[in-house]
Amino acid sequence: MKRYLLYRAALLLPTIFGVLTLVFLLIHLIPGDPVDIMLGETASAADRQELRQVLGLNQPLLVQYRSFIINLLRGDLGQSLYERRSVTSIVRARYPATLELALCAMIAALVISFPLAVCAAVRRGSWTDRTTLTVSLLGLSMPNFWLGPLAMIIFSIQLGWLPVSGRGGPDHLVLPALTLGLGMAAILIRILRTNLLRVMSEDYVQTARAKGLSERSVWLKHALRNALLSLVTIVSLQFGGLLAGSLITETIFSWPGLGRMTVQAIEMRDYPLVQGCVLVISLSYVFLNFVTDIIYKWVDPRISYGN
Amino acid sequence: MLLFASAALFAPVLSPYNPLSQNLDQDLITHSAQHLLGTDKLGRDILSRIIFGARISLLVGASTVALSLLIGVGVGSISGYAGGFVDLLLMRLIDILMAFPGILLAIAFSAVLGPGLDHVIVALALIGWTNYARLVRGEILSLRERDFVHAARALGCRPTRVIVLHLLPNLLPPLLIQATFGVAAAIVAEGSLSFLGLGVAPPTASWGSMLNEGRQFLLVAPHLTTYPGIALVLTVLALNLVGDALQDRLERRIR
Repeated sequence: MKRYLLYRAALLLPTIFGVLTLVFLLIHLIPGDPVDIMLGETASAADRQELRQVLGLNQPLLVQYRSFIINLLRGDLGQSLYERRSVTSIVRARYPATLELALCAMIAALVISFPLAVCAAVRRGSWTDRTTLTVSLLGLSMPNFWLGPLAMIIFSIQLGWLPVSGRGGPDHLVLPALTLGLGMAAILIRILRTNLLRVMSEDYVQTARAKGLSERSVWLKHALRNALLSLVTIVSLQFGGLLAGSLITETIFSWPGLGRMTVQAIEMRDYPLVQGCVLVISLSYVFLNFVTDIIYKWVDPRISYGN
Repeated sequence: MLLFASAALFAPVLSPYNPLSQNLDQDLITHSAQHLLGTDKLGRDILSRIIFGARISLLVGASTVALSLLIGVGVGSISGYAGGFVDLLLMRLIDILMAFPGILLAIAFSAVLGPGLDHVIVALALIGWTNYARLVRGEILSLRERDFVHAARALGCRPTRVIVLHLLPNLLPPLLIQATFGVAAAIVAEGSLSFLGLGVAPPTASWGSMLNEGRQFLLVAPHLTTYPGIALVLTVLALNLVGDALQDRLERRIR
């Protein structure tokens, strides 16, 4: 396990390095002069010069890259141009709201998908199974930028059951978490159902049946337990997707998280803030993948990843 | 899917009005004999805009997948066929790109490139090609030691010929499935970008930008968001169903 940890950590480094490089280069991908784009064409020459100085754009690319990495190691993500605060402090203030939303969305997805997938698998080929599969495909095809406003129209505006937007008590969480989590639920239903069916055709399940175990015990003690293993990977991979999906959901429901901040920063052309937000969301995703691999190896020692 | 494709191809014939023509006397109508699905805040006909929006979706979906396939198949073939250091380098590059949540990277690229149809296609292809590259590389790795490839090499075929004439035809079925899901994903991604104001520039009708415009009128005119959304969901559902059916067929053939 220790060797595996070291091997996986060694793989993590080039990925983090690549992510940092790509985020650094983002600002340089802007067609034309980034300062023109950020300040507009009417800005004075002095203002342009000042911004160029603040962003370090007047230095050679390699020098800029070096300072970017050094500052990052110190926890300094630069200054936001419009908020006039450090990007680190903005990210720190906004990140908990995004995590809260993503976590609730994940719980919602699990609560919805688990019983449906088990029912579908137990009654394979039945009416229940076919309906569940169709509904999950429909869920997969419904983008959150449509589902969100639709849920808002029905449950907040017409029925008045839930608040329209913002962050507050648990009732504020219901619509954003469901909007974000339904897509994930649809994916989980399909994967968990397939895994359950695969496990049920394994030899050890046949052996358990041959021993005379009740169908209930076979499902609970053998099928579910093994099918859940693969769920660890899927859930954490999807959690990263939820962090990215929060950009749209948070914008729809005015949720004060990192996703909405990213969109606002894009609208204000505050590129240092865009870089900071993208970096934090991406690094969370990379770290989550790393932790998933470790957990997966820990819960299932049969997993081998070569040397 | 036929409905979607016909709407996209024959939009000028099928749509009752010009999707850009404004009529401020008839703004935010829910529905009427003249405007079956109503009008938006500038009095533009929603049905006509949905029909023309299908064009944008089809264009983005097809172009993104074509560009992603071009890059992905190229890189995947080189990586799988060459092996060694080249393979290692290209696979690390793919790992790095895949380390980003896809839509986040597309949003970041679009944010720096600015709105516009061509920018959307480039941004989506930049994140989309990695899946095809991985698929092609994996398949080529398993195929390249087969007898027919050894035979082609022994006959003096150059690597490009071996890849194009002998290896790639074997990859067509899985690529076709991936491409079907890819078109659906690109349509949703374009919708997401346009919804955030990073996609197709106004006044061009796109389903995502229609949803974005409609968001401001949720209270008074919910039809502005409902109808373009239904068009998008049905199209994506149809593509996913076709992808699923193709996948089932391929799996049955392999068995």
